[in-house]
Amino acid sequence: MKRRQLLQTSLALATTPSLVLSQVWAANAPAKAQVVVIGGGYGGATAAKYVRLFSNYKIHVVLIEPQNQFISCPMSNLVIGGSKSLSDITSAYDALSGKHGVTVVRDKASAIDPQTKTVSLQNGARISYDKLVLSPGVDMVFDSIEGLQAANASGHILQAWKAGPETVALRKQLEAMPDGGVFAITVPEAPYRCPPGPYERASQVAHYFKQAKPKSKVLILDANPDVTSKAGLFKKFWNDNYKDTIEYRPNHKVTAVDTQSIRFDVQEPVRADVMNVLPEMRAGAIAMQTGLATANNRWCGIHYQTFESVAAKDIHILGDAVLAAPAMPKSAHMANSHAKVAAAAIVAQLSDLDIHPAPYLTNTCYSYVNDKMVVHVASVHQYNPAEKTYKTVPGSGGLSSEANTLEGTYAWNWAQNIWADSLG
Amino acid sequence: MHFNPKHIPLIGFWLCALSMPVFAQDNTAGKLHQRANASMCANCHGTEGQTVKDSSVPSIAGLPRDYLVQQMQAFKNGTRPATIMHQISKGLSEEQIASMAEYFAAQPR
Repeated sequence: MKRRQLLQTSLALATTPSLVLSQVWAANAPAKAQVVVIGGGYGGATAAKYVRLFSNYKIHVVLIEPQNQFISCPMSNLVIGGSKSLSDITSAYDALSGKHGVTVVRDKASAIDPQTKTVSLQNGARISYDKLVLSPGVDMVFDSIEGLQAANASGHILQAWKAGPETVALRKQLEAMPDGGVFAITVPEAPYRCPPGPYERASQVAHYFKQAKPKSKVLILDANPDVTSKAGLFKKFWNDNYKDTIEYRPNHKVTAVDTQSIRFDVQEPVRADVMNVLPEMRAGAIAMQTGLATANNRWCGIHYQTFESVAAKDIHILGDAVLAAPAMPKSAHMANSHAKVAAAAIVAQLSDLDIHPAPYLTNTCYSYVNDKMVVHVASVHQYNPAEKTYKTVPGSGGLSSEANTLEGTYAWNWAQNIWADSLG
Repeated sequence: MHFNPKHIPLIGFWLCALSMPVFAQDNTAGKLHQRANASMCANCHGTEGQTVKDSSVPSIAGLPRDYLVQQMQAFKNGTRPATIMHQISKGLSEEQIASMAEYFAAQPR
């Protein structure tokens, strides 16, 4: 252990003596915390850690997360493609508690009362807060497509858009599919979580089919008029490598599904052996029920300088659930960036310091087009105080020139580093 | 020693000098904002600039300030080839680069 880490650990233990336990149950949850974080994904975990760091371990943080491990959505398409396993993309929450002194409560937040500033947990406990960080992710709107709720519940049509058991189940469906079969993935209208994700997944499945089931097809049925992200890069790679495997069809809006086919608003139904139907998405249920999804009853409006809700004081909302500023993707890297700006604002507010007048955010997104090659998109978003929003910096950001293996190495190392930065 | 009113400003100076480092390092808004800016590098370059073991993305903690500024300039003007840093560096102002270089130079390697 390095000296600095030892010092941090000692400080953490000194300021929060209950943290010998790595995780506590709701019955042991404290009745009050300065900062409560709901959701241990890229946004919430990073916020919990960075409130601790930025306050020099002075502000007490409770993180509420029902899962006992963190499973990454980025890189989960590699599990579907077969080159990685779920354990490769899984991390523990132990360092947040043991190293950084975050009290990790393994439970689900069932309600928020913005008036009394209290969070209720499913197991009955209540925690009051000075500041709440809400990083609820997205929910799939299953009832926007007829038959999808039942088909998902029965395991026939998976989403696998939250990495975990469905990721593994989708891989098993592909393995069980006979050669000559069809895998169909449908893409909802933007905005949705991870803009290039569906196209990366299609690439991964095509890569698998090319190796193991060369007569099989991948159909991409996209509600959008074109590939939503990295369009030129994906389409060139598909044309050069998966010409006989991938077929891309734009403007296909799904209206209904059954166990064998997908129906659209205009086109003829499509039959497929394995179907991955992604419905439209919206902010996680806890944000919806608290009345925080102020934009189209779908995304959460925020003050971009602090990420504080426009609807409720002292609730800061992060990640995919927020109404994005122009050109801001719903990505893991972006959620990690949101979390740091919000953490700094929360520490400033609780310490009576000035809030950062002009924060900025970075985004990097790598997509694997086979098991080794990657294409990226990157951007830098500067807060504009006059317009009270983020704008991409002119001349900055951009794409890979073409798919390449060097960035394949960087992408996997990006994952290791952002997992450590968010949780380690 | 006799009390001399001329020493009052000096006493003030020493009191400030004694108390300043604590506040300057940890508690001023400026330092907090600098840390928030620098944390935008951490998603790839590790928390406080230290990457995980055997990372192909380099650690930047403890590198000399001037070296960090020069490298960012080289990414910006294209003299140092890159896969992604030429695109990120162009999003940062000279002041932001100088501030972050100062921050990472002060971190232990």
